[in-house]
Amino acid sequence: MPWDVVAKSLFILVVAVAALAPVVTWVERKQSAVMQDRIGANRADLFGIRLLGLLHPAADVLKLIFKEDVVPIGANRVMHLVAPLIAAVAAIISFAVIPYGATYQFGDSTVNLVAADIDWGLLYIFAVGSLAAYGTILAGWASNSNWSLLGGIRASAQMISYEVTMGLSVVGVFMVFGTLKLTDMAFAQDATFRLLGFLEVFGVVDHLPRWLAWIQLPMWGVFLQPLGFIMFLTAIMAENKRPPFDIPEGESEIVAGYHTEYSGMRFGLFFMAEFIEVIVIAGLMTAIFLGGWSIPYLPQERIIGALEPLFGSGMANLLCMVAHVSTFLLKVVFMIWFQMVLRWTQPRFRYDQMMDLCWKILLPLSIANAFVTGTIILLVRSYGS
Amino acid sequence: MLAEYSGVLITLVVALIIAGALLTIHVFVGPKRRFQEKLEPFECGERQIVSPRQRFAVKFYLVAILFVVFDVEALFFYPWGALFGELGWHGYWAMVVFTIPLVVGLLYEWMKGALEW
Amino acid sequence: MAEDQWLTYRERETSDDDFDRDLHTEHQILNMGPSHPATHGTVKFLIELDGESIVDLDIQVGYLHRGFEKECESGSWYQCIPYTDRLNYNSAILANLGFCLGVEKLLGLETPERCQWQRVMGSELSRLADHLTRCGAACLELAAMTPFLYGIQARELTWDLTEALCGARVTTNYIRIGGVKHDMPAGFPEQCRDHIARIRELLKDFDAVITANRIFIDRMRGTGVLDKERLIAFGVTGPLLRAAGVPLDVRKDEPYLTYAELDFDVPVGEVGDNYDRYLVCVEEMHQSLRIIEQCLERLEKLGPGPVNVLDPRVRWPAKGRVFNHMEELIQQFKAVTEGPMVPAGEAYSVVESANGELGFYLVSDGSAVPVKVRCRPPSLLNLQPMPEMLKGCLLADIIPTFDFVNMIGGECDR
Repeated sequence: MPWDVVAKSLFILVVAVAALAPVVTWVERKQSAVMQDRIGANRADLFGIRLLGLLHPAADVLKLIFKEDVVPIGANRVMHLVAPLIAAVAAIISFAVIPYGATYQFGDSTVNLVAADIDWGLLYIFAVGSLAAYGTILAGWASNSNWSLLGGIRASAQMISYEVTMGLSVVGVFMVFGTLKLTDMAFAQDATFRLLGFLEVFGVVDHLPRWLAWIQLPMWGVFLQPLGFIMFLTAIMAENKRPPFDIPEGESEIVAGYHTEYSGMRFGLFFMAEFIEVIVIAGLMTAIFLGGWSIPYLPQERIIGALEPLFGSGMANLLCMVAHVSTFLLKVVFMIWFQMVLRWTQPRFRYDQMMDLCWKILLPLSIANAFVTGTIILLVRSYGS
Repeated sequence: MLAEYSGVLITLVVALIIAGALLTIHVFVGPKRRFQEKLEPFECGERQIVSPRQRFAVKFYLVAILFVVFDVEALFFYPWGALFGELGWHGYWAMVVFTIPLVVGLLYEWMKGALEW
Repeated sequence: MAEDQWLTYRERETSDDDFDRDLHTEHQILNMGPSHPATHGTVKFLIELDGESIVDLDIQVGYLHRGFEKECESGSWYQCIPYTDRLNYNSAILANLGFCLGVEKLLGLETPERCQWQRVMGSELSRLADHLTRCGAACLELAAMTPFLYGIQARELTWDLTEALCGARVTTNYIRIGGVKHDMPAGFPEQCRDHIARIRELLKDFDAVITANRIFIDRMRGTGVLDKERLIAFGVTGPLLRAAGVPLDVRKDEPYLTYAELDFDVPVGEVGDNYDRYLVCVEEMHQSLRIIEQCLERLEKLGPGPVNVLDPRVRWPAKGRVFNHMEELIQQFKAVTEGPMVPAGEAYSVVESANGELGFYLVSDGSAVPVKVRCRPPSLLNLQPMPEMLKGCLLADIIPTFDFVNMIGGECDR
């Protein structure tokens, strides 16, 4: 039994599912309260201690567990039970491939901070994402309610449509980094590049201000693939039904969509899955586009090189590891914050508008993005050599 | 080789345990006061007029078919993108040729109105 | 399956243009309401859906029927005023006003100027509250909760002002036959100006968050359109009609109270879609604020004075006189137990409520009890063209359209 893998998997699950996910529900309440000039949830207390409402997530889980378990008449009992399970499991297992730290040397042993360092990490995320679609479709179909069915059907069409776009919008990233492995992508982003490096090759740079040519940017996906960043963020939020794409559960139109007939912890699992997906999106965006664990302008070798004379090799690696994991979490929190801002300011799309956005705008743009990226890479290479 | 996948297995097991445990506790712990009206599927306070098990609008199935076409083609993009550096201009033009039918297909659907709602 | 239907399916299978035909699917018939998140006000939409698009829509009202008109026939005239409060939970003052104007018409009363300015102020506060709720609720149901709460915050301020003016927030019972409940309190103009500034601030925030939002525009533009001829044919009034380009406003066309002396504009839309309706409502809120400011100015210039007519039929004598004089005691006793005797006849009074033309048709046989009180509810008439607006649209278009039709259950079902 590889105990280090167990430890690494449990670490990310504990951090993300047990610690971060409840906090995200709290953040959603409190951030919306701040944006809307309210106080927000602060009533749940434990022996009189309220902790700014931080106990609400725990109270929620307890309440949902002790609710009555209701299955509507005519529902498919097995599917009705399995659907939330699929949704929650699919959300949780996405964390397996998200790297939250680099590779560190402790004496003879090497530690890389990712639960499963597989070659096709991003494809795994896509696969798990399509698995999550089953949860919503089955929930919608099994409930024997017309509103649930509408929600389920909407969810299925939306999720499969955006799956295509989601995959195509990151092709540019594959091309830049030359890999599908999330750990390699994160390593590649731990470097810097000259902003106008490729323009210099063509001599265009002479017409621009001198200082512009010397700006060094971290080699993050967001700088190399700005369009890809926006498209992927859109697509992955739509794929996970996050607002403003929460059409399958649009409560003003179709009541609660696919989880109309769910109550208690069955609903709780959908609820949990949704908040875990927020963290998955944040983690993935961080790993692909925001440099993962890397600290801008401070590559790993430089940190360890600076710390090694002071603390020795093992300690230097440990400190670097702590710094990296903290950086990663910081970026994840930033992305969560960003999603919440979108959540609380944007109205919901209409169904046809969302489908148009997918098939008529994002899909052609992502294909074009791949070819433009390819052209630039090849031109730079042929002129550079 | 397979050791890399053990992380996936462990997270899967942990996820199943978490979700399964929550569901099981819920099923056994909650109160059970059931009656006909409570168990009826939600229809805004009325009786269902049509069953949700009927034949649904065909447009949604059309999306599913489009998905199959485009997702299979998108799959070819992934290895191409990852190996792009090694393939060079040859690979680039090969992909252009591959993409043309894809784009033509998309345009055809668009003109045919398959993307309209 | 009927024989002829079966034939059509068979024909379809064998015909040459089979490929051009849609595949056979069944339409989904759904009850949207009475208890559905979007049908605030308790109404039922019976929708026939083909996937996402609406094939047919039927609106069923009456869930909130309380027999308001019949109830009015069982009490004295002034006992009807609290019933009118319950017509529209946002703009009780407007309904009070409509009814009292009718009774005053029957009695042939002319209210003092100070009272008229206060009535105008009260009705504009009501209109403001109503429009804020409408625009806020529309945003909320399009899942933009932040602007909704800005709107509700502003509505709280208008209700604070209403409370200062008449002591109640929602069911005000403010306007009385021949006057208002009491004069505005000392310090009201200062409080009012302060609140107006804050409401303007909130409206600016509201505007910044949502008006230019691309998704919001996409959801609102081109949905729920109906041309003005059809709207007029249905008897639609208010912002709904003004958004379609008809500048019909009772305040301008048949000015009542002191509206003729006020300086305000009637905003008019172009297309008549939901976005126009939204813009018209927002502009009307700014106009209402303008009107309130002018009223305050005029009231300050006017100086103290009576706010009730000095007519023994509707005015109670002062307490001190009741305790010391026989005639006043009798008069008070008669006024409380019987209420005003309204001369026989009929009258129709109309005010521009937030939803449109709110009319009261009153019939009296000379006794203290109304023979007939008929209300012309703008909500009911505005609701009628909804199926026509929505046929062929998508399911999600019901939401903004219904929000701007702004059916108020109490007013619609009476």
